[in-house]
Amino acid sequence: MKRILEWQIATVKSIRQETPKTKTFTLSLPNWVRHKPGQHYDVRLTAPDSYQAQRSYSIASEPERSGEIDLTVERIEDGEVSSYVHEVLVVGDQIELRGPIGGYFVWEASMGGPILLVAGGSGVVPLMSMIRHRAAVGSTVPMQLLYSSRTPEDVIYSDELMRLQYSQNGLGIIITFTRQSPSGWNGYKRRIDVPMLREVAGPLGNIAQAYVCGPTLMVEAVANGLLQIGLGSNQIRTERFGPTGSIG
Amino acid sequence: MVSNFISRGFTGKRRQPEAANRVPPGQYVTPDFPVLSAGPTPRTPLDQWTFAIEGLVREPVKWSWTEFLQLPAQSFVVDIHCVTKWSKLDTHWGGVSIDTLFEHIDLEPNAMYVTAFCDGGYTTNMPLVDIINGRSFIAYRYDGEPLPAEHGGPARLVVPHLYFWKSAKWIRGLRLTEKDKPGFWESLGYNNHGDPWKEERYW
Repeated sequence: MKRILEWQIATVKSIRQETPKTKTFTLSLPNWVRHKPGQHYDVRLTAPDSYQAQRSYSIASEPERSGEIDLTVERIEDGEVSSYVHEVLVVGDQIELRGPIGGYFVWEASMGGPILLVAGGSGVVPLMSMIRHRAAVGSTVPMQLLYSSRTPEDVIYSDELMRLQYSQNGLGIIITFTRQSPSGWNGYKRRIDVPMLREVAGPLGNIAQAYVCGPTLMVEAVANGLLQIGLGSNQIRTERFGPTGSIG
Repeated sequence: MVSNFISRGFTGKRRQPEAANRVPPGQYVTPDFPVLSAGPTPRTPLDQWTFAIEGLVREPVKWSWTEFLQLPAQSFVVDIHCVTKWSKLDTHWGGVSIDTLFEHIDLEPNAMYVTAFCDGGYTTNMPLVDIINGRSFIAYRYDGEPLPAEHGGPARLVVPHLYFWKSAKWIRGLRLTEKDKPGFWESLGYNNHGDPWKEERYW
């Protein structure tokens, strides 16, 4: 199982603008290794004077697509790496990375379910790899995605999620809008709270395994809420990103 | 093999160049204090909280929360480095040096490694030499306030010279062992030692 993670040079095969703030980069890897949905890659940038910057980005694609991966990157205001890949990187460019990395926030169909996925903003990216993997292998494990987004235009993968919801048995997609919802929207329009978790997770029963990914405060609130509705802490896996605001 | 690679068009932002020699390779400085943990934040009532040192010691010791607060406390100002790439400089902590705690025990001669164990089942391991002689402390204050639960309160280990996952949150004790036993992240693909200056991130 032990394996040294080597840096490799990938080539940008395509770039897709997902939302105003996010782009998906399809990268061809010379030393592709099958990943587990939920894992990430480290990206390393090197300037001519050897100055380097590194960041980690979640894999959005399913492991069944061999030879290449999708990384979906949110552009962070003043972000050193995210602004480079958003503004400078073009198709045909090379980029250095290593992975896949991470062994805990992962799900494969063989692990079974039912599965509750809870995403805040671009926290949907590693969960999308799980959803795509489930579809690719024809799994019927019950899976619910609860996805909190600020506005309709911020929903990443919206068309594909809607399509998968209709084509895949046992997959539910539930979106809540926290700032602005589409006109005529009769779904959730608030931050994720305990009653919402109870409604969404209830049908999965108390044996569900939960994966929660998003900004720190949202993940804290959701993980605590899941404990309140009766899930055990060993049924809740979390992945947090982004600033917390300084404490103290 | 790929050491000569240059990212076309990348110059970098190089913020805080004066701090460059304090930032290990691959890290960036953040003014924020991100939270990283694998599951929900445990919340143990203080009247049920204890801190133990056990394993290869002549007499195990255990302190209650009230007793722990009466141990000689110190202030610590340290730089911390998370394996997820952020570093935070000059963080201010209050708590008890591991050396102070070890004054209350006698180590067995074959004690070589230590496992920190925590609420929520988290463990992390390191060689004993990495936590003694002023190299680590148990913190229960951050920036002059009680340590918040999401950052590991009521008390966490801080081992600033190793990646921050070694600085176990919600710590409840240390177990001395003869053999090294990989902890939670160490069993999931992260480096067994975790020196940020050698970039010991992964296997």
